[in-house]
Amino acid sequence: MLRLLIVFSLLMVCVSALAADMPEFQLTIRNQSFEPVQLKVPANTKFKLLVKNTDNTPSEFESTDMNREKIVLPNSTINVYIGPLDKGSYKFFDDFHQDTGKGVLIAE
Amino acid sequence: MLGIALLVFREVLEAALIVTIVAAATRGVVGRARFIGGGIGLGVVGAVIVALFAGAIADAVGGSGQELFNACVLLAAVLMIGWHVIWMSSHGRELTQQMQAVGQSVKAGSSSLAMLLAVVALAVLREGSEIVLFLYGMAAGGAGKADLFLGIPVGIAGGVAVGFALYFGLLRIPLRYFFSATNWMLILLAAGLASTAARFLIQANWLPAWDNQVWNTSALLDNGSVVGKAMHILVGYDARPAGMQIAFWLVTVIVLVSGMRWMTRGHVASSRAAQTVAPQATA
Repeated sequence: MLRLLIVFSLLMVCVSALAADMPEFQLTIRNQSFEPVQLKVPANTKFKLLVKNTDNTPSEFESTDMNREKIVLPNSTINVYIGPLDKGSYKFFDDFHQDTGKGVLIAE
Repeated sequence: MLGIALLVFREVLEAALIVTIVAAATRGVVGRARFIGGGIGLGVVGAVIVALFAGAIADAVGGSGQELFNACVLLAAVLMIGWHVIWMSSHGRELTQQMQAVGQSVKAGSSSLAMLLAVVALAVLREGSEIVLFLYGMAAGGAGKADLFLGIPVGIAGGVAVGFALYFGLLRIPLRYFFSATNWMLILLAAGLASTAARFLIQANWLPAWDNQVWNTSALLDNGSVVGKAMHILVGYDARPAGMQIAFWLVTVIVLVSGMRWMTRGHVASSRAAQTVAPQATA
């Protein structure tokens, strides 16, 4: 069991080392909408997306197109790993504010 | 009002489907209402606590706390369902016979029941904490009191109604097949939860995706729709699964089915042995 744990944590270290030189992109939630509404990202590349919530209310970054969901608490930033994506557009939304919080990632 | 009711409905629906399957799987068991009720109560309390500590959870493990927390909750539920399914496979037949013989109530192993109570609690906790955060945001963002007071009960009632509809639908299954049907539902439920756990671990970059999107059936049935969400819980349907999710789903099904077979065979063999021994003893 212990040996398994050690192997597992070593693997984790490798994974996080790999994550270090991954491109990063950022979305901002302001007044319960996303900025920018359209974000261009490279296709066929794994990347880290930062979502910063500047509002005083919690949001949930969600995308059925990309199969991601994560709560973004008030005045905080989350990160999600996405991709590699095929070329195309991928919708995302704020599950807690679906009227205003909509956007799209363009992988090209 | 509609927005609030819809979100509450979707989250309640997910928990309600899980509770329904557990309720059906424990049909005829003495004291199960107390267990299920207790599980829901514990889950609600847990949901509030998780929502209160959402900040600490989010910041943990380099910002991947949410994913790890979700994955742990899901995998714990998978283990508990697995335990129950495998236990049931050696006792299910007795249970059915007893139910037919002495009416509706039988005593089941309390450890297995406790497992299912925990599954109910975890399901309510996971979906409930999201509702709590959402409602907190709505209240803080100045949503009208009337909207909240109407939206919350309407959403909850809708989710619970779907759960009840499924439950009474399941009761129509003949008793002979009933427990094997609910066992299969539990297996598919567990497989789906395992696949969702894998998705969170991929999102946190803790697991490789093994191909991000193995297929895309979102044109056929989207996971954003209510039916898609229900299928997601019931059988683990994902319109765009990653390879790792499929692997988690398959491994769960294979392990549970072979565990079930193995236990059933062991049990049948031992009861046969007992039968062949018994006449010799009397002779």
